[in-house]
Amino acid sequence: MAKNRRDFIKISALSAAGVIFGGSYLRAVSSDKSLKNGKPLYEVPEKLLRTPTYCEVCFWKCAGWVYKTEKGAIKKIIGNDIDPACNGRLCPRGTGGVGMYNDEDRLKTPLIRTEERGKQTFREATWDEAFDYIASKLKKIKKEHGAECTALFTHGSGGKYFGKLLKAFGSYNIAAPSYAQCRGPREVGFIATFGDGLNSPEPMDMRDAKCLVLIGSHLGENMHNGQVQEMSDAIDKGASIITVDPRLSTVAAKSKYWLPIKPATDLALLLAWMHVIIYEGWYDKEYIEKYAVGFEELKEHVKPFTPEWAYGITTLKPDLIRKSAKEMANAAPSVILHPGRHVTWYGDDTQRERAIAILNALLGSWGRRGGFYRPEKAKLAKLKLPAFPKPARTWREAMGGKFELADLALANGVCDATIPSPRMDCHIKAWIVNGTNLIKTLPERQKTIEAIQSLDLLVVVDTMPMEITGWADVVLPECTYLERYDDIRVSQGREPTIALRMPAVAPKYNTKSAWWMASQLAKRLELDAWFPYETQEEELDYLLKKMGTSLEEMQRIGVKRWERAYDDIYFAPNEEVEFNTNSGKIELYSTALEEAGFDPMPKYTAHEEPAEGFYRLIYGRAPMHTFSRTANNPNLVDLMDENNVWINPKVAKEWGLKTGQYIWLENQDGIVSEFPIKVRVTERIRWDSVYMVHGFGHSNKKLSRAHGRGASDSELITRVHVDPIMGGTGMRGNFVTFRTENKKKA
Amino acid sequence: MRYAMAIDTKKCVGCSDCVVACQTENDVPVGFCRDWVVEVVDGTYPQLELEHRSERCNHCENAPCVRCCPTGASYVDDGGIVQVKKNKCIGCGACVTSCPYDARFVHPKGYVDKCTFCHHRIQKGQQPACVSVCPTKCMYFGDLDDPRSEVSMILKKRKYKTLIPEAGTKPHLYFLI
Repeated sequence: MAKNRRDFIKISALSAAGVIFGGSYLRAVSSDKSLKNGKPLYEVPEKLLRTPTYCEVCFWKCAGWVYKTEKGAIKKIIGNDIDPACNGRLCPRGTGGVGMYNDEDRLKTPLIRTEERGKQTFREATWDEAFDYIASKLKKIKKEHGAECTALFTHGSGGKYFGKLLKAFGSYNIAAPSYAQCRGPREVGFIATFGDGLNSPEPMDMRDAKCLVLIGSHLGENMHNGQVQEMSDAIDKGASIITVDPRLSTVAAKSKYWLPIKPATDLALLLAWMHVIIYEGWYDKEYIEKYAVGFEELKEHVKPFTPEWAYGITTLKPDLIRKSAKEMANAAPSVILHPGRHVTWYGDDTQRERAIAILNALLGSWGRRGGFYRPEKAKLAKLKLPAFPKPARTWREAMGGKFELADLALANGVCDATIPSPRMDCHIKAWIVNGTNLIKTLPERQKTIEAIQSLDLLVVVDTMPMEITGWADVVLPECTYLERYDDIRVSQGREPTIALRMPAVAPKYNTKSAWWMASQLAKRLELDAWFPYETQEEELDYLLKKMGTSLEEMQRIGVKRWERAYDDIYFAPNEEVEFNTNSGKIELYSTALEEAGFDPMPKYTAHEEPAEGFYRLIYGRAPMHTFSRTANNPNLVDLMDENNVWINPKVAKEWGLKTGQYIWLENQDGIVSEFPIKVRVTERIRWDSVYMVHGFGHSNKKLSRAHGRGASDSELITRVHVDPIMGGTGMRGNFVTFRTENKKKA
Repeated sequence: MRYAMAIDTKKCVGCSDCVVACQTENDVPVGFCRDWVVEVVDGTYPQLELEHRSERCNHCENAPCVRCCPTGASYVDDGGIVQVKKNKCIGCGACVTSCPYDARFVHPKGYVDKCTFCHHRIQKGQQPACVSVCPTKCMYFGDLDDPRSEVSMILKKRKYKTLIPEAGTKPHLYFLI
C-alpha cells in the first residue's frame, strides 16, 4: 500500500505540560497522609452513594447510576449493568454528563425579555411573574385566534409534560426536529415496505449479524451506544462490514469493503445491488414468494440498472458492486442494510430508504435472526385523565394537502404554519420550545427567524442559554437530568424494559423540572384536571404500581426487565405473517405510494453538483458531542473544543491551505460562516466534498467555552430539498468554498 | 504477577470514553488526562488505513521514569505497576521528559500524575475504569503470568504490536492489529 501521506492526530492530548511550582505544591505535601507503616495507602475513595438515572445527553437514554459523596457532590456516572441500551457502559457523553450539572454558564433563574427579539436582553423574574406572563398571553391567543394556534417543539424528556399541557389547552401541534430533520424518511420508507417503521432504538439484531451494511451511517462516530456495542460484538464474531461513504469514516476503516461513493448517488448503487441480487438469483426466493408482492414488477424495473450503469454515476467499480452484493447474499438472512438515522439528505430520501428496505426484503432479513427482530415495549400505565379537547385545526392545514404520508408532525411544517400567508386563516401565534436549539436544528435560518418574529409568545425551556433563548420572550430554566424526576423510560427492545430517573441532588440555582413548570402553568390555565398530582413522586408511584413495581423498588434497581410476552422475536419457520400494508404483504411495489401519486418503486434522479471551486458540504457527528447541546460541557469540551473542516490534500494544495489554519466557509448563496474554522488536510475525505462536525460555532456569548469556537454547518444550509412524500428537509445539497479572510469582519 | 493491557485497534472507534471515565474516576482535573486517544491515517484516497488507539502509561518493565527520578518518588509497585508517591515527588519533571510515551504530567497540585492502572479498583477485583466503561469492549486487562487471564488469552490468539519498542522500555501495553 502506498504510504506517501500520513496524518497523525492526538484526539485528546495532554493539554498542559508545564511544571507548576507554588503554594499548592507545598500544601499538597503537608496534607498528604498517604503513608502508613511505610506503605502507601492508595486513595481509597470516600463512601459513595448511588441513585438511578437515565441519561439525557442524547436520545438513546442509557440507564445508569449517579455516584455521589455523603455530602452530595457528584463524582461519576456509571452505566446500569442490566440496561440493554448500555449494558453497564455509558458513552463519553454519558460519562461526562456531570459536566451538564457543573456548567457554570447554565440558565439560573426565569427571565423575561426587555428588548427586541434576537438580543439576549432580559430581566430576572420570579417563577410567578414568568408563569403569569405566559398564562395571560396564552389566554389572549386562545380568545383571539383559538387554542390550536399554539405549538410545541421538543427534543427531551421534559417535553412530554409540555405536550400534555398543550393538548389539554387545545392544540396538537407538537413537533420534534428528530422527525422531518432526521429520521422521518426512513420511517415512511419502511412503513411503505413492511407496514412498520423502525422507531428508536432500531430493532436490529446486530450482534448476530454476519454482514452489516452502512450507507452513509457513521456508527462509532455517532455513539448510539447499544448499537456501537453490538457492532463491536459482531466484529468479534467475524461479521463483515460494508460501508458506503465519500469519507473514510471510522467504521469505513473497519470494513471489508469501503465504497468511496460520489456523494448524492446512493440510489444508483442501491438499484444496481438490487439488479445483481435479483438477476444472479441471490435473493431469498422462498421468503419473497411467501411474504412479498411486486417482485416481477421490481425485476422488470431494475433490469437496466447494471453495475456498469451505476459505475458511471457512482464512480464505484462494477466489480466492487458485485463483490459487495455477494458478501451480503452470503450472509443472508443474517444481514442488515442499516436504514441510518439522520437521513434527510437530498429530498428523495424516502425513496432511498425504500430501496434500503427492499434490499433487506430481498435478502430476507426482516424478522430473521441477525437481521431485524420484532421489538417489544413495556406498556406504560396511563393516568386517569379527562379526554383532550379536539382542536379545530392543525399545522397540516397550512400544507395544502401535501405530506399526508408523514406519520409525525413536521417541525418545519409547524414553522411554515407560523409565517402569515394568505393561504391560511390560522397561523400559529405561540411556541413553547423545550430542549431543542431550533436556530441550529432547523435549516433555512431566515425562515425560522421570520416565523419567530410573527409570534405573540415564545417560551424557551432549557438548561443552557442557546441561540434560541436569545429569541425568547420568557426563558424557563430547567434543572438538569441529574436534579429531577422524569417520566418512566419505556424504550423498545428485545424484551420490555423500563428505567427510572430520579434526582441525585437538589436543583442548583433557581431551576425546576418540566413536570413542575407544566403543572404550575396548568393551574393558571385552569387545566388542573390533567395534572392531578401534587408531587411527581406520587404520580410516578401510581404509574409504577400499575405496571407491577413501585417507586421504592425502582429507586433501588433503576432498571426493570420483563420476559417477552410471546416467543416471537423472529418469524417462525412457515409462519403466516400479516404485514400492516394495503396488501398485507411486504410491498416491493408500494401501492400506498402509488395511491398518493408517487413512484411505487424507487428511481434514481441526478442531484445538483458543486460549481467550479465549490465542494459539497457534508456534516456529521463526533462521538463526544451531541448536536449543539454539549458544546459548552466542560468535560466534553476538554475532549473536543471546536470542529474543523476536512479538506482533501489535492484541494488544499490548489488553495494553498494548511492544517491548523483558520478559514471562513462561504456557501452557494453567499452566506459566510460567522466564525472561522480550522482546516484539517486529510486523505479521509473525497476531493469533491468537505466534512465538518455539526454543533459548533455558537453565537451566544453566554456560552463561555462554546462561543465562537468552530463554525456552524446549519448556518450554511440555506438550500433545502424537501421530500415531496413526507416533507423531510434534505440538507446535503449545499456547497461551500473557502475564504482566507472575512471582509465583513476586517 | 505482571499486569498488562491489550487494546484492540480493530474495535476502538476513538470515542474517548476511556479519557472521561479516567478523569471522573481518578479526579483528574479538566484540562489534564492520564489516557488519551490517537488517530493515525496512512495512504492516499481511497487506499487508506486508519487506526484508533487508546494510550496511557505503558508500565514499562525497564522504566526510564523510575531510573531518572531523583527522589525515588517514581517506583515499581506490585504487579509491575509504575507509580508515583505524591509525598516524595518534588514535581521536577525529569520523568515527564524521560517518558517516550508522553504519559506523565505535573498535576496543578505540584506532583507528577499518571495512569495507575486504577490500582485502587484492581485491588478490589474490579477492572480499570477505562476498561470497564469502553462501549466497544476493545480493552483487555489482567496478569500476564496467569495464562488464563483475558489479556494472556487474547495475546495468544491475536497479532499485536507495542509502541516505540526501539526505546527498549519493555512496555506492558499491547495493541492488537
